[in-house]
Amino acid sequence: MDAPPTTTGTQPRGLQPETMAGASNESIELPMDQREVVFDCRELGVRYAGVRALRDVDLNIHRNTVTALIGPSGCGKSTFLRCLNRMNDLIPSAVVDGACLYHDEDLYGPQIDAIEVRKRIGMVFQKPNPFPKSIYDNVAFGPRVLGMKDGLDDRIEQALRRAALWDEVKDRLRQGALGLSGGQQQRLCIARALAVEPDVILMDEPCSALDPISTAAIEDLMTDLKSEYTVVIVTHNMQQAARVADMTAFFSVDQGETGTRCGVLIEVDSTEKIFTKPSNERTEAYVTGRFG
Amino acid sequence: MNGPTRTASVHATRAVERSLAGRRHRSLAASVFLVYLLFSTLVGLVALFVLLFTILRDGLPYLDPTLLANAPSANPALAGARPAIIASVMIALVLIATALPIAIATAVYLEEFAPKDRWWIRLIELNIQNLAAIPSIIFGILGLAFLVRGLGLGPVLLAGALILGLQMLPTVIISAREALRAVPDSVRQGGMALGATRLQVVWREVLPAAIPGIATGSILGLSRAIGETAPLLMVGAATFVSYNPGLLTQYTVLPILIYQWIKLPQADFQGLAAAAIIVLLAILITMNGFAIWMRNRYERKW
Amino acid sequence: MIGVLALCAVISILVTVGIVVALMVPSLEFFTEVSPAEFFTTAKWAPLFKPAAFGVLPLITGTLNTTFWACTICLPLGLGTAIYLSEYARPRARAVIKPVLEVLAGIPTVVLGYFALTFLTPLLRSLGWQVEIFNAFSAGIIIGVLLLPTVASLSEDAMKAVPSSLREGSFGLGANRFQVSTRVVVPAAISGIAASFVLAISRAIGETTIVLIAAGQLAHVSFMPGDSVETMTAFIAATGAGDVPVGSISYKTIFAVGLTLFVITLLLNIVAIRMVRRFREVYE
Repeated sequence: MDAPPTTTGTQPRGLQPETMAGASNESIELPMDQREVVFDCRELGVRYAGVRALRDVDLNIHRNTVTALIGPSGCGKSTFLRCLNRMNDLIPSAVVDGACLYHDEDLYGPQIDAIEVRKRIGMVFQKPNPFPKSIYDNVAFGPRVLGMKDGLDDRIEQALRRAALWDEVKDRLRQGALGLSGGQQQRLCIARALAVEPDVILMDEPCSALDPISTAAIEDLMTDLKSEYTVVIVTHNMQQAARVADMTAFFSVDQGETGTRCGVLIEVDSTEKIFTKPSNERTEAYVTGRFG
Repeated sequence: MNGPTRTASVHATRAVERSLAGRRHRSLAASVFLVYLLFSTLVGLVALFVLLFTILRDGLPYLDPTLLANAPSANPALAGARPAIIASVMIALVLIATALPIAIATAVYLEEFAPKDRWWIRLIELNIQNLAAIPSIIFGILGLAFLVRGLGLGPVLLAGALILGLQMLPTVIISAREALRAVPDSVRQGGMALGATRLQVVWREVLPAAIPGIATGSILGLSRAIGETAPLLMVGAATFVSYNPGLLTQYTVLPILIYQWIKLPQADFQGLAAAAIIVLLAILITMNGFAIWMRNRYERKW
Repeated sequence: MIGVLALCAVISILVTVGIVVALMVPSLEFFTEVSPAEFFTTAKWAPLFKPAAFGVLPLITGTLNTTFWACTICLPLGLGTAIYLSEYARPRARAVIKPVLEVLAGIPTVVLGYFALTFLTPLLRSLGWQVEIFNAFSAGIIIGVLLLPTVASLSEDAMKAVPSSLREGSFGLGANRFQVSTRVVVPAAISGIAASFVLAISRAIGETTIVLIAAGQLAHVSFMPGDSVETMTAFIAATGAGDVPVGSISYKTIFAVGLTLFVITLLLNIVAIRMVRRFREVYE
């Protein structure tokens, strides 16, 4: 990770690289399953308009790891990801059951404000979705709506540096974001998510719309980001999961008696174990390409 | 959390220290904005409600068989709207026989056959968009200049119907094109693959699939024409007619009769106007309701 | 067969040509008798009296007066309704509100004119505002009510065309619904919204029956809401419905005023059509 030049005290507290580096290394030295639990999901499920799409997910997600969610299409991996920052709230017919504890606080508790949740848990989407505004205004959007107006310029520079985009755009911050290439747009969206200093970054197939070179850039970025953030990524690409993830969770589809299809979590373990000696035969069938 | 743990997890500490419970984001601005949105939406709904209430209150006492059976009269007790109702129905029939087929044919041509990259096709499209937004009174001037005075047709029902037909064209063309566009290309390709000509495919596959959408747009266009007043004032519908109209006789239609009654000083005629409005609205709401029902009934998600 | 279809498409062109010819020929004759300078710059309109005066300004200001009040209703409230329907309303609320607004949009103008004259004006007077029986304010407000559903529906279409990925992106950053609506959706849909505004203004200028019934026929320059005014459209309709001898100068005034109205609305329509086109280019 290229270290940004140290600037003076106006810098946003959470993004000071020294603090961050110190903080993360300590955590990263621990074995994965001893790192702090960020998400603790218990029997988490989702129904859309009464139809069950996902059931009984028991899954822990740890700090400073990249956790990949893999599985065939329709297995509920994106649905699960969207539970983690309450994006499913935007679909009126969606109902979430079970518990999803975030730092021991139930995300779906009665007092919880979905907006406070999304502020801490950022998200990057399948298709790059920059706003039709300037590059600067895109990154500034989050800080502005959340009232973080102090040191905005520094905050934006830091976010763009973190997303490895600064050098490419520093001379044209006021130009429209739609003029960037697809890979640059996706890194802009990552910078946009980083600018509000989240704790977790969720990525929903972030490379599926990108060419291989842009994909490699984003994958490198993910590895960098885990020193400071917790990253959860949905991917349909098993090689990508093998390359970037520390932990991998395999989801699949259960066919109900009435022909209904419902996503389930089959197995979660270290990526190495999932891809070399999985304990469940459905996982093995999927990772060896015999199913899916 | 203190000591080494605090420095070890800057983000987590911050996230956990502050509750996730809702606080600041329900800002005053957001609340004021929501009030504005609800108020805006309510204005339209309340306006319609008050309008219907007022019309019913004023008109119901005057709504009796006389209104439907009698001809207009200077005596409010005897005045009715029969010739106007008949004329409105006749105009609707003329529109169905003339303007509707032309509009649908235009839509089919533009959507299925026209070479879309030619400048003259684009000109026709731009022209239709613009015609749709021209004030109706301008169509009245067109009728006055060409049909009534130019052709010497005089202030007859046919002239009024033709003008309403021309005015209705763009609306129906635009909605019919949308209905045709909604038919997926797979329908067309499927037919062509079986060796049918383009015309056969359009006639046997595409048009039937688009019929509900075309019918909906046509009914909405018709009901707008039936409720139209201004252009007919220009082509001489505002005459006193006590007999049942024919195609080439003088005539008056419901909206014009209402307009004339509103202008009369006696309170009874205001009541008659309201009663005639109830008749007009009953016709139009039935037509529109049918169109909206049909759209929802046959709305296909391809 | 295809030729017949193409012929039908040509009819719409003929309509426009017919309108232009119908307006131009008598207007040109009119302007040989009355100088354009007098027509467009003097403020006395009395074409049917002797001595006649042909200053169209009173009709233009009358039109502006009613159009202004129409805009105060249909633009802000139409946009508010559109944002509510597009960004806030649940499907069930939409399913009720949208058809009701369609019914409102389908109410004939003669009915709205009756409503302005027999409900709104008496209401204003009972509230202690001594408006004239025929006044620009009542007519304008009711035109605004007529156009509210149009603005709402066109603006909502524009907002619905904004990709939902932009909404998700901003919700994902912790924005609330208010911020998503005002900072992302409305700016992204702005040219479509502006087009709906321009179209509404054009239609308010061209609205005839409501002003004929409720705004009166007193041609004088007045910007007072409570005054009786005559609009361009009301003059055309009232004069056209009367018994004006063909070929007289009074008869030709209909066409001169009609041409003025046509040019104004044509310009506005072209602006609106171009705005919509620019909007489509961004998102399609």
